[in-house]
Formats: sequence, C-alpha cells, structure tokens
Amino acid sequence: MPEVESALPFTLDGFQQLLDRRGDPDWVVEARREAWAAFEAMEWPSRSSEEWMRTDLRLFHLDRFHLVVNEEPPETPLSVLNQGVDVGGRAVSWNGATHSEWVSEDLAAKGVVFCSLNRAVQEHSELVRPYLMNRAFESRYDRFAALHAAWWNSGSFLYVPRGVVVEQPLHLVSGLSGGADLGHTLVVLDEGAEATVLSESLSPEPKATGLHCGGVELLVGQGANLRFVNLQDWGTGVWHFAQQKALVDRDANLQWTVGALGAKLAKVNQHVELLGRRAECQVNGVMFTEGRQHLAYHTLQHHVSPDCHSDFLYKGALQDQSRIVWRGMIKVDPKAQKTDGYQRNDNLLLSDVARSDSIPGLEIEADDVRCTHGSTSGRVDEELIFYARCRGYTRKEAIRMIVAGFFQQVFDRIPIESVREALGESIARRVRDYE
Amino acid sequence: MTDVLEIQDLHVSVEGKPILRGVNLLIRRGETHALMGPNGSGKSTLGLVIMGHPNYEVTSGSIKLNGQELLEAGPDERARQGLFMAFQRPVAIPGVKLADFMRHATTNVRNPDRKEGEELIAMREFRKELRSNMDQLKMDHEFARRYVNDGFSGGEMKRAEILQMAMLQPKFAILDETDSGLDADAVRLASQSIAEIGRDKMGLLIITHHDKLLEHNPPEYTHVILGGRIVESGGVELANELYSKGYERIRQQYPDANAVNQSMEEEDASQVLGT
Ligand SMILES: Nc1ncnc2c1ncn2[C@@H]1O[C@H](COP(=O)(O)OP(=O)(O)OP(=O)(O)O)[C@@H](O)[C@H]1O
Ligand SMILES: [Mg+2]
Repeated sequence: MPEVESALPFTLDGFQQLLDRRGDPDWVVEARREAWAAFEAMEWPSRSSEEWMRTDLRLFHLDRFHLVVNEEPPETPLSVLNQGVDVGGRAVSWNGATHSEWVSEDLAAKGVVFCSLNRAVQEHSELVRPYLMNRAFESRYDRFAALHAAWWNSGSFLYVPRGVVVEQPLHLVSGLSGGADLGHTLVVLDEGAEATVLSESLSPEPKATGLHCGGVELLVGQGANLRFVNLQDWGTGVWHFAQQKALVDRDANLQWTVGALGAKLAKVNQHVELLGRRAECQVNGVMFTEGRQHLAYHTLQHHVSPDCHSDFLYKGALQDQSRIVWRGMIKVDPKAQKTDGYQRNDNLLLSDVARSDSIPGLEIEADDVRCTHGSTSGRVDEELIFYARCRGYTRKEAIRMIVAGFFQQVFDRIPIESVREALGESIARRVRDYE
Repeated sequence: MTDVLEIQDLHVSVEGKPILRGVNLLIRRGETHALMGPNGSGKSTLGLVIMGHPNYEVTSGSIKLNGQELLEAGPDERARQGLFMAFQRPVAIPGVKLADFMRHATTNVRNPDRKEGEELIAMREFRKELRSNMDQLKMDHEFARRYVNDGFSGGEMKRAEILQMAMLQPKFAILDETDSGLDADAVRLASQSIAEIGRDKMGLLIITHHDKLLEHNPPEYTHVILGGRIVESGGVELANELYSKGYERIRQQYPDANAVNQSMEEEDASQVLGT
C-alpha cells in the first residue's frame, strides 16, 4: 500500500513520525535519538563565535521547513557533470528523499556497493555501521550537524573493496526546490581501491528555495585513490549548511574538487585529516557568487602524520552585492614532521559592492615542516581590460575572458573534462557587464 | 584613397597633470614614421591616447581616421577600425592561452560588426595562419599554448606583440620600443619581420631609442618629441643624428620644451624615490 505524502516538521513529534516511518535498524535509531537529544540541548551558533561572526543567521527559521516524504519529483533533475561521461552508477534524490538508484552489474560483481544510504543501512547494515557518522562526521559539532545526524533521510553509500579499481565515475544527484534535504554521502575506499565520484546538487529553477543540511564523509583507505567532485548549484533561495570531512590514510590520495555556485547562504566546513604517513590531498575550489548570495567556506587541513602533503586552492569571483568568506587553516600536529602544506584563496571582485574576506591561518606544532599560505582579493585589472580591448575585445568580452583565465588556473588541476566544462560554462553564463 | 591618421593640436592630461601639449602628426597608410625623444617626453602617452586608454584625458584637439573623429570611440572600436599598438610593457593575462586570445581578437578585428557570441573564425585556417606567422618570427609553435605574456621573457613578449600585429593586419601600427629587451639578433629579426609584415602596407609609427629597429624600416619621417610637443620633424637623417649624437642639440634649440621635459623627469624621479 503506497504511503501518503506528508510533511514532517522538525519537532519532537515530527522526529517520532520519522522514526516510525523509516523502520531503521536499532543502531541507526539509537544514533538518531542521541543526535536529536544533542540538537535539543544546543543553541544555534552565535555571531560572537569566530566561525559565525561574518555569517548572519537571523533570517533563518527552521520551522519554515519540513521534511517531505514520498513526494514525486517533477522530473528527473537535470544534471551536468555526467555530460559525455559513461557513469558506472547513479543515485538520485529529490527534496530529501531517494528517487532512483542503479549500479552497473559489472561493479556489483566486483563487490562494489553503491546505493542510496537508505538501502545501505537496511541491506548492508554491518558494512555501513563502523563508518556512518562514526569516524569522520562529528554529529555534535554544532546544531546543524546534530540536526543532520538525527534527520538524514537521503544520500548515498559507496564502498569499494580492497584493490578494486572503479574506472567509470559514480554519479550522485540531489535536486531541491522548496523542501528540505538532509542528505548524507558516505564513501569508503578500502586499501588500494580507486574511484571517482561526481556529486551534484541542483534546483530546477534558478531562484528555488529550500534547506540543505548535509554531511559528506570520505574515508580513503591505505594506498587508495579517490577523486571526489562536489558541485553545489542550488537555487538562490536555498540555505545550505554542510559538514564535509575526509580521512586520508597512509599512502592514499584524495583529489577533491568543489564548485560552489548556488544557494542564498552557504556555510560549509571542509575538513581533511591526513591520517597516515605520506597521505596526499589536493583540493580545488571554484566559487562564483552574485545577487545577495553569501558563501562561507571554512577549510581545515589537519596533518596528523608525518610526510603528508596537502594543497588547497580556492578561487572565487563575486558579482553584485554578494559576499564570500573563506577561512582556511593548516593544522600540524607535533609528530607530523616533514609536512608539506599549501593553501591559497584568490578572489576577484566584479563589482564595487561585492565583498570578500579571506582569512588564512596556520597552527603548527611540528618543527620540520613547510607550510605556505596566501590570499589575494581585487578587482579585474583595468590594464588587462584595456589590452584586450586594443585587440578588438569588447569590455564585456574582455572581462569574461579574464574571469575565465582566472579560473583556468584551478581548472588546470582538474583532470575530468566534464567537470571543467560544467564549471566553465556555468561561470561564463553568469558573468555580466559591469562598470 | 589612402587611409590617413591625423592628430591635431592634441592636449592630454593625466590626473590633471598636462603631458601632451599640442601634438600634430599626419600619417598616411604605407608610410613609416619614427618617433624619438628622451625618457618621459610623452611617446608612450601619445600611443596610448591614440588607442583610447581611459586614464588619459584629452583636454583638446582631435584624432581622426580618414576624417572621422575617433575620440569618442572605445579602444575596441579603434582596433576594429584598424589601429594597433605593440606595447612597451604588455600585460600578462594568466589562464588565457595566446592562441585562444588571438583567435577571438582576429575574429573581432576582421569582422568589425561581429556581435558578442557569434562564431569565431574557423579553427583550422586560423591555426595555419598563426603557425606560418610564428615560423616567420622563429617562434616555437608551443608558444601559442602559453598564457598571454605570463612569464614571457622580455624578448618573447615583444615577439608576441609583433605576432599579433601580423595576425590583425592593422591599417596603422604604433610600435612602442619593440626593440627594448631584445638581444642584437632578436632586434635584427624584429626589424626584418616588421618590414615584411607592415612596411608599405601599414602606416607605421615606430618609437625607439636605437637605430637597429629602423635598419629595415628607414623612416620617411622622423619626429622629435620633447616636453609633450613635437618640436622638430625631418627625414631619416634626423633619426641618424639623434641616435648617434643624442638630444643635446634639440634640448638647446628648444629651451622651453626642454624645461617642461625636465620638470616631468624630475617629478618621475621623485615618485620613483618616493620623496
Ligand atoms: N598613467 C600615468 N599616470 C601618471 N603619470 C603618467 C602616466 N602616464 C604617463 N605619465 C607621465 O607622463 C610623462 C610621459 O610619459 P611617457 O610614458 O609617455 O614617456 P615616454 O616618452 O614613453 O618615456 P620612455 O622613453 O621612458 O618610455 C612622464 O612624466 C610620465 O610619468
Ligand atoms: Mg615609453
């Protein structure tokens, strides 16, 4: 018998209904209850904390949102990252509920598990249990994390067994318009495994509203190799809160590409822990904001073990009255000798009233390390515009080209063509004329 | 009818400070003119103003192409009407490949009425043309894949400027110290290439302090600028006199212009020293 559609409020009563409807295994229910208790005991973040002082939550009201269950999507949300790409599996969610999922037989035969997280906790409970919000995601980090841990209702799970190389990218799509999405992504690569994950969130209408309170966990085992791409292109009315954390084990490699284009207000904590010796992580971030968008990225590259390498590059362009806050930290533990850490954030202001705050930081407790950081922020150089105009470019064409070139330096680090193109085209479409 | 670029009584200021004080110059397409003058006399300024640089304010006078006033036209319109300048200090555009930059530029200049977003010229023909021009300039084809002027050596930059002139085929080209930063062989090559690309076809205004660039481009006219004014014009013999003997005679003969030039030089020096 099909269940009726209903909208659950984020209250104790709603929470009880969620538990009743879902029928999760006991350990999941237990974790949810604990998180809900933590949520109820916590306050929303205060503006007096360093992390929130530049990000205004006063207009955010959780009671305006509901978790909608059993809603049919208008149609499969349009995705861009898979253009020209032969994917090995796809999991799609709509307004916070699983919509469809499939994985190639070939991968399944190799022991790869790829499905919605809802299915994973039912059918692969013992495989998921040691990882889910247990090693990386911190359910008590703040009230958003607790809400997420208590209420997650969609998301995906990927497990690649030891030594298995997945050639075809796996594709995650989340659509959101008007609803609430508390999707959780859990990726586990066992020793020596390899995979590419293309994850995109989008709204069918550019001005769609909604709430995303999400979590990402990437567990990259010894000698494993993960390429993870995260494209956030929600409508400009969406509140986006996310905690994204990766653990990179010995000799493992993570390349993480972030495209942040949508949302009304986005507050993201991206945290990479270099856990095992010689672990490597490269992060490539591309941000573009316009209108009154506010994007806050807080990155942490935490060197726990010696001989690790981390390299974070974020570039942002801001149009209209938008704002980007980027706060990056390289943290090096006492025993993490021979750390090679790099972080950089460059922002290009495309209007007089756009504003960017770039706050790089170092916290180093080992003595034999090399850590460099830097940030720049400025307008498009008029001399470059003049030079291009002397070669026949209109002012607008010149600006478009200069902005594209600015981002090209990040794209040069991204090996996946569909990702470069999707990001490049989205940005080119957005750049307008300005004086 | 021959194309004519005519500058009349041009006065230019930057941030309220007068730099050009009544420049007159007439160049017909096919002619080669040398513009010489000591540092800070206003040579680059004249070139930049002809191209329409927004920082320079034209307080009076006119710049006309075939009788049509250009002052209201933006730099891109001027480029599309056939004006070109090889810059003394070209700027880098990181992330933009020289070939892509040139394809778009060439498309716009060859189709002056092109609207933004309309198709670019065909890749194959463009590439062929670019390569043959690069061969002429003894440039490695790989060069086209580098980002515009990004990390180019002084000599590479100047060669890239000549390459752009070759691709854009302007009616009038201003070459601002296209010989500076080049070694002796490179200057000879540049001089030769400019002659092959532009001599007799374009109106050339060659700004230089040396004789090498003029070796293959003997000027029909030489102009000396001092204190923001062209104080003397002559033939090739004037150029010869200046690079062999310097500006002493000129300075003495035109004491007023010299005083103006010296005060500008002093001001520049004090700015450099931060005093
Ligand atoms: N954008 C500017 N802002 C302020 N002063 C300027 C600017 N451009 C030129 N000037 C000043 O105008 C004067 C002429 O400069 P210009 O660059 O035209 O000289 P030049 O003849 O090309 O000299 P050089 O032989 O050194 O290249 C100098 O005093 C210079 O400092
Ligand atoms: Mg000069």
